[in-house]
Amino acid sequence: MNPISFLTQMIRIAIPYLFAASGGVVAERAGIVSLTLEGFMLSGAFAAVLGTNLSGSPWVGVLTGILGGLMFALIHALATIRYRADQIVVGVAINLMAIGITRFLLKLFFDSSSNSPRVAGFGGNINMAGFDNPLLWLGLIVPVAVAYMVYRTPFGLRIRAAGEHPDAAESVGVSVKRVRYVAVAISGMLAGLGGVYLALDQHQFTDQMTAGRGFIALSAVIFGRWDPIRAALACLLFAAAETLQIQLQGSHAIASQFIEMIPYVLTIVALAGVVGRAVPPAALGKAQD
Amino acid sequence: MSASVAGDAKPKFSGVPWRERAEEALFPPAVALLVALICGDLLILSYGQSPAAVYRLLLEGTWGNAYGFGQVLYKATTLAFTGLAVSFGLRAGLFNIGSESQLAAGGFAAALAGLALPVGTPLVLALPICMIAAGLAGGAVGSVPAYLKTRFGAHEVIVTIMLNFIVLALLNWFIAGHLHVPETLHTPEIHAGALPRLADMFERFHGSAANLALVVAVVVAGAVWFYLFRARGGYELRAVGLQPDAAEYGGIAVGRVWLRALTLSGVIAGIGGINYVLGYKHYYEDGFAGGAGFMGIAVALVGRNHPFGVLVAAFFFATLSQGGLAIHAFVPKQMMDVLQGVVIFAVAVSVPEVRRILRGARKRADA
Amino acid sequence: MSSGRPSTSEAARGPASAIPAIRMSGIEKTFGDTVALRGATFEVMPGEIHALVGENGAGKSTLMRVLGGLIKPDAGRVEVNGRDVTDWSTNDAISAAIGIVHQHFMLVPTLSVAENLVLGCEPKTRGIALDYKRAADDVRKLSSDTGLVIEPERLVSDLSVGEAQRVEILKVLFRGARILILDEPTAVLSPPEVRELWAVLRRLRDNGDTIVLITHRLDEVVELSDTITVMRAGRTVDRIKTLGTTPAEIARLMVGREVSLSAGKRVQPLSRQSETSPSQGLEVRNLGITGSHGVRVIDGVSFKVKPGEILGIAGVEGNGQTELIEALAGLRAVAGGEILIDGVDITRKPVTVRHDAGLSHIPEDRHRRGLILEYTVADNLILGLQKHFAKRGVIEDDRVMENALKEISSFDIRPANPLLAARALSGGNQQKIVVAREMGRSFSVLLASQPTRGVDVGAIEFIHQQLLDARARGKAILLVSAELNEVLALSDRIAVMYRGKFAVVMPAAEASEDVLGEYMIGTKKGNAA
Repeated sequence: MNPISFLTQMIRIAIPYLFAASGGVVAERAGIVSLTLEGFMLSGAFAAVLGTNLSGSPWVGVLTGILGGLMFALIHALATIRYRADQIVVGVAINLMAIGITRFLLKLFFDSSSNSPRVAGFGGNINMAGFDNPLLWLGLIVPVAVAYMVYRTPFGLRIRAAGEHPDAAESVGVSVKRVRYVAVAISGMLAGLGGVYLALDQHQFTDQMTAGRGFIALSAVIFGRWDPIRAALACLLFAAAETLQIQLQGSHAIASQFIEMIPYVLTIVALAGVVGRAVPPAALGKAQD
Repeated sequence: MSASVAGDAKPKFSGVPWRERAEEALFPPAVALLVALICGDLLILSYGQSPAAVYRLLLEGTWGNAYGFGQVLYKATTLAFTGLAVSFGLRAGLFNIGSESQLAAGGFAAALAGLALPVGTPLVLALPICMIAAGLAGGAVGSVPAYLKTRFGAHEVIVTIMLNFIVLALLNWFIAGHLHVPETLHTPEIHAGALPRLADMFERFHGSAANLALVVAVVVAGAVWFYLFRARGGYELRAVGLQPDAAEYGGIAVGRVWLRALTLSGVIAGIGGINYVLGYKHYYEDGFAGGAGFMGIAVALVGRNHPFGVLVAAFFFATLSQGGLAIHAFVPKQMMDVLQGVVIFAVAVSVPEVRRILRGARKRADA
Repeated sequence: MSSGRPSTSEAARGPASAIPAIRMSGIEKTFGDTVALRGATFEVMPGEIHALVGENGAGKSTLMRVLGGLIKPDAGRVEVNGRDVTDWSTNDAISAAIGIVHQHFMLVPTLSVAENLVLGCEPKTRGIALDYKRAADDVRKLSSDTGLVIEPERLVSDLSVGEAQRVEILKVLFRGARILILDEPTAVLSPPEVRELWAVLRRLRDNGDTIVLITHRLDEVVELSDTITVMRAGRTVDRIKTLGTTPAEIARLMVGREVSLSAGKRVQPLSRQSETSPSQGLEVRNLGITGSHGVRVIDGVSFKVKPGEILGIAGVEGNGQTELIEALAGLRAVAGGEILIDGVDITRKPVTVRHDAGLSHIPEDRHRRGLILEYTVADNLILGLQKHFAKRGVIEDDRVMENALKEISSFDIRPANPLLAARALSGGNQQKIVVAREMGRSFSVLLASQPTRGVDVGAIEFIHQQLLDARARGKAILLVSAELNEVLALSDRIAVMYRGKFAVVMPAAEASEDVLGEYMIGTKKGNAA
């Protein structure tokens, strides 16, 4: 196992997490619970494959993938912000709807219960180890861009205020609802991009292909204490564990299931405060009047 | 709960507000049904089929023939358990998303118990033992978020979600590593504790998986009802869920109630494991839960967190699920996946809306 | 949005005489079931400090929120500098140079001073970035201009209360406010911080700003204000020039008098059972309670309530009464001291132990604490007592019903249907449920906190009679009420609570509104027994 191949594989595995976790940070910092990253990712993945398949160009797929994630995000935003429905229940519902709708459309468009036909992707040169895929570079940049937005722009300031003390924001004329709509939309687009990368990297869409990655991304958000860069580091950590497990396959040093568990155990540890408390944004999950 | 009190000239009371409560309780499921019908119509039409024909086929395939009905009952059983588990937690104001792993853990424990018991153990003995094992396993899983919440204030939603993955991975490790029959991912067949099928009693249901666990589900529903509405523990639990400040004022130990609620929620989900493991396949198979834990959330919601409502909602969702198979010649069963998701979404959104609208209408009527 | 203080803006500076800076007339506002404002009026001339006074629930804060655009009135008219601005939004109000300094700070604790100040009107660099440097500079400049010194980089959660308030005021000045509304600004300040604030306010007034001051403090009103408006129960009852009146008259206006049936009536107990009663009543020794911000909410309070006696605690809300009752009831931890019921120390014991020791509690907030609105009347009547109505873990429905019918009849709860959800009853009847439950059980000490708040006149009479009957039966009753008449009518002894201590304790015969009022406002300090 040489370190270069370990690193490159780790980064490739981390990219979907990086996209989705960055989106999750934005939405949760604004006060909206992001159980839905899984659903956004899945719909982005399907939309990307559909777009690429119909047009022949993966760039169109990127666009449609972003739109796929965005659509579900807007539904989530409408239900939780306008109709003030319980964010957790709606989150679960969105994930179920994403599974159902992608399955349905998979059958409708591609007449299959399990996978779509192969589509073109990006890169492909084996010597480049995936680094000729522009989405990979985008995935590395996104956490930095999100960090910049959250900490250095006026909109980021408003996001942080909306998630911690929405009344204070309203008292100076900031529309917390509008901020939250935009934040959720961003999370949908970013998580959708995570799905785009995943699907185009595998060159097809398979039923439920996200396989829990959205929840790992959420774990990264929590473990990273809702900070974009720390969340990104958490993504890399989780990806490293996954890479370890793959490369150690067959050596039975540690069973793969235990490696699988690492992100989730770490998140519980973070919540329980064994290594310093992870305190969420104060207004997370509460509807605003 | 109307009563006539002993002694002459004592008046008979009927709860006038029951109508109000009934309105609020029944509207969301009615919305669910309406949304399912409309959405179903649209999806069916998109396949160029006639909704009426497809619905008829669905009903024929589910309630119209014995095998289909048996399958509906079988699926409803598992959903009833997870629905009861989630609704029990919700009554205390707690969200148990972990019923998926509690169900799996319970099934696993039941399988182990069944394998450990000597062959030929009478059912009367084997069933309770397996149930206890299942309940303990589910309760153990359920107690983790309970403990973390009371001790550290960790939100049970995230903990249960995380725990789902952890426990399912653990179970997978047990099976894949140690206990599986070669070429499969399930345990050897269990003889002690195998539950009789409905088909064993009524020949017409031949082939369907409905089994004695169905009876257990109904009994558990009754027990939950009794606990919530007749027992002192249930009085305290509902108080904590409705108004924790008043419960605290009344001397109720809120933290202990939470612990009890989440643990018992896990126990109920755990017992549900016997449906598949003892009643259907007679072995534990990795992944048998198949999303029933998450559907349990939908069942609890549509059933308005009431044990009997949960039974009806479980039956409804099981019908949709089985119905998907029945109509697959005309419309792909994936349609049901969409339908289920949309129904949950519609109910989630409608519950606060409906309450708002009904309260407003009542106020205008009183004014 | 401007940073720093603008020279003038159209709406902010009117001519120095005729046109009022603020004129509100006929304002009405209802929230759900509660009528907050019924035809309130308010008029403030430019360049003055105007005090707005009145009891809790009078509607002062609501009126100011209407003015600030945070809520819209159901009816009425709002004019600022002659311009009709009824129904405007927060942003409009801010543009018109109105700034509200809230009682509960509207500051985001995890952000810095500068970030809080520029939120909503952030300065930008050439690109899309927030110009932090300019924000900090602007804050420093404003700070030095106004004398409200604070470092822009400090995190709000690290600030002291006085410093946080400085930031609140800077926030409105930052947006160019020329009309400032301050809601109980000195409630959480120490004396030197208070004097500092007064100096700031005077400076602002001398600079031409208009200041509206919502306050309970008599000394503030006397020292600072030019004009006083008094509100009660959603209406404006008086408007006077400060110079033309005496402190005593202002005190009387502030404390107020409500038309109530039991005005001043004192009822003699039928018999004094205290000599023969075995109970020792309630004793509190040197109680200390720490609240948020580390502030001492209750500071060394000691008193006794004998059996067959009603000790009434008068005082403006917010001086520690709520915390005192919560600590006695077992709903709040104490930092020091002892609480004894019947000689038994229950200081750190849970609620159930206190119940068994003979304590009953009528809570001040029946919706939050006293009742579970979704439960039936019958179920509410056994809240806290459920273990006595259960056998082997199962609730005995017939006994619950029996109990309910008995209490409904004794306490005249209407409608007389035990199966009705508590939510369906009127406020007065809901309170009767609480009273029936707490007084229907066996107890030796009763805590009655705002027992007739939001209750109709008939029910008030009834509850008062119940309290008196309990006293006659030898119970020790601690009564906390914001209604001075209630305290005067029912108590044997009266204590006035001011800033976490008993300012005075006196026999009821010696007390009157005027006498008590001065202790309540803090101008007089007494024997704190």
